[in-house]
Amino acid sequence: MSSLFRNYDPADFFDEMFAAPGEVRPHYRMLLERAEGLTVDDFNRKRQIAERAYLNQGITFTVYNDKQEGTERIFPFDLVPRIIPGDEWRHIESGLKQRLNALNAFLHDIYHGQRIVREGVIPEEIIRSAKHFRPEFMGFDVPRNIYIHVCGTDLIRDRDGRYLVLEDNARCPSGVSYVLESRMTMKRVFPQLFARYGVRPVDRYAQDLLDVLRHVAPASAAGDPTTVLLTPGIYNSAYFEHSFLARSMGIEIVTGADLVVQNDRVYMKTTKGPKPVHVIYRRIDDDFLDPKVFRPDSLLGVPGLVEAYRKGNVSLANSIGTGVADDKVVYYYVPAMIKFYLGEDPVLPNVETFLSAVPSDRKYILANLENLVVKSANESGGYGMLIGPRATKDEIAHFRGLIEADPRNFVAQPVISLSRSPTWCEGSMQGRHIDLRPFVLCGEEVRIIPGGLTRVAMREGSLVVNSSQGGGSKDTWVLDGGSASC
Amino acid sequence: MLSRVGDSTYWLGRYIERAENNARLLDVNVQMLLDFESRRDGTERQFWGPILSTLEDTELFDGLHGEFTAAAVLDYVTFEPRNPNSISSCINYARENARAVRDQISSEMWEQINALWLYFRDGSAARDFRANSHEFYDKVTYASQLFQGVTDATMTHGEAWRFVQAGKFIERADSTSRILDLKYHVLLPSGEQVGGNVDTSQWTSVLRSCSGMEAYLKIRKGDVTPWGVAEFLISHDEFPRSIRFCVDRLDEVLHDIASAGEGRFRNEPERLSGLLRSQLDYATIDQIFRQGLHEYLDGVQEQIIRLDIAFHRTYCAY
Repeated sequence: MSSLFRNYDPADFFDEMFAAPGEVRPHYRMLLERAEGLTVDDFNRKRQIAERAYLNQGITFTVYNDKQEGTERIFPFDLVPRIIPGDEWRHIESGLKQRLNALNAFLHDIYHGQRIVREGVIPEEIIRSAKHFRPEFMGFDVPRNIYIHVCGTDLIRDRDGRYLVLEDNARCPSGVSYVLESRMTMKRVFPQLFARYGVRPVDRYAQDLLDVLRHVAPASAAGDPTTVLLTPGIYNSAYFEHSFLARSMGIEIVTGADLVVQNDRVYMKTTKGPKPVHVIYRRIDDDFLDPKVFRPDSLLGVPGLVEAYRKGNVSLANSIGTGVADDKVVYYYVPAMIKFYLGEDPVLPNVETFLSAVPSDRKYILANLENLVVKSANESGGYGMLIGPRATKDEIAHFRGLIEADPRNFVAQPVISLSRSPTWCEGSMQGRHIDLRPFVLCGEEVRIIPGGLTRVAMREGSLVVNSSQGGGSKDTWVLDGGSASC
Repeated sequence: MLSRVGDSTYWLGRYIERAENNARLLDVNVQMLLDFESRRDGTERQFWGPILSTLEDTELFDGLHGEFTAAAVLDYVTFEPRNPNSISSCINYARENARAVRDQISSEMWEQINALWLYFRDGSAARDFRANSHEFYDKVTYASQLFQGVTDATMTHGEAWRFVQAGKFIERADSTSRILDLKYHVLLPSGEQVGGNVDTSQWTSVLRSCSGMEAYLKIRKGDVTPWGVAEFLISHDEFPRSIRFCVDRLDEVLHDIASAGEGRFRNEPERLSGLLRSQLDYATIDQIFRQGLHEYLDGVQEQIIRLDIAFHRTYCAY
């Protein structure tokens, strides 16, 4: 076996590459063969090339509350790809499409008749108290009835290799730029690896996204809409991605200060005077969009934007108010939604979840805090989370207090032993936990680029894959053919 | 093009050019002092003070440093983060501006400016500076020139490119006027004659700060005189760092931006650049020296500032 993988120990986890020590899974066999001639020195050289490429291109993200000099960091990138056989991907894909259709149906329903509440599937209280529910938009019809145009759904695999949905990101999911950049980097560093492997390309994404944005343009744009990407600015953690996507789509990237609203129409300030804008791919949360309607202290947004949106003069992607669908309490009800709106069984199951709002669940949660993962309903990026088995007594006591004070805002899940992938750490191949965030686009039809962002928890034993918490990424290969078992 | 993009590309051009000019200025001063090591009868302030006066930085420097030493001035103009015009700050600002318009500039441009920024950030710049300051300043100068070349060769020569050019030429015109003015602040050591060895050597450094030595010698046949150097750096129409050359190019790009024909103007920045251009076209060196070189250059700098303000008001903050 290749020297890189010789002493690799898959241990007692679901390992993506090895079914057992020395027993490679079929879809990784060719990778292992091609790694044969590669020495540790070769591998390290390749790592340096990749790292330099990332650094030179400024592929970085910004960490909040980081007191060190500079706030930009490179996203750690691991060279061992995560490979998904064709049949496995088709299963994932059908589950994601189903889920997005259900979420869009749910959002339409929740902002109109609320049939799902009236028929007793979801308690009214849950919707009313959801932090990102926007009652101001009750009865409002969004362009083409699409609420979530871009969805990032986080998947994990359990000890048996089953794909489970961990959470939905229905507001401004980020990470897709790393998918595209890491593929380019891998091709540059390991051109010979790709030959005849049958890896499905990912570079359609920008074009697909632009198609989605143009699809929802208001009729007034007369077939030639001006589309822009609205960013909070260069200090935002995802700014690299914003500018990357704008460049890849060939559209302007704007900040709130570049836009003005006159007579309920949106214009951008150009050197040749104001120019009308029809579609805004906004990477700013609802709260900051328009100081006249939401947070009055927001300097990022555009006064009057929401009124222009209401009048149908400008379209927003994603729509306002989609955050109610990725509330972690609402997540609990997604399988029920799928049944309710589509009459189907969920293809991809949820992780078993307990709601502290439900008295019997709460009792169970409080009695088992040291064995559970507790999440607050509306935090992301790995913030506001308790991992019971890793927590100190004080942290557990702290969360106990939080849950008792505000039971609506917490859910708990058993600790899932996430699947692992060989990852180069401190000079050897070691197993590290990974997840997967595919990017789902909804325009004329639902489209998903093959694969998505595989995040890896670089610290030994860690289950937290978020970039803000020391996570890295891997290139994700979806194969044309192949199945996990052949 | 977005006004904000115009603003950022303009300042990208200015800051890169400023970093380069500061590097040249410091390098030449270090070298010139080597020639007079044995005759240094003045204080450090006498040799390094003019650099700060030229950059209009004396006050901030005095606030930060108790003592006036060559090392302190070099550090202040090269690395001081609190000095907004230090080479290191200029590179930071240039990169910030480039980052804000990454979708408008070419990847090659971005990688070039980002590499220069990393060079300062990871400590290599400070290391090289300590090892050999001349090689270090050369490196900074080349990095800036590489950026200009990459910009010309890889960026669409459209509106955003014109804004980079406008920034570059306005900064260079300003900088050449300041470098020329340096001679006004440099006092001749006592007993030295105007036109003597030291005087000539100082004028030579002024030329070298503008990369103008070789070009000047070809044209003037080896005769380095105060009025010769001043005339060359103010009004030569083909030397790319003379004030006139820079203002000519600036006037052209401003016309291209507003798409008005030459000799006509549509807005205030064009009017001001046209005015400055014709003044430079018809100025004679006798008249300049009668008025006083320092006063004349002061006037040019003031016009450049007014032009910058008008430009900003017309395209970026209307």
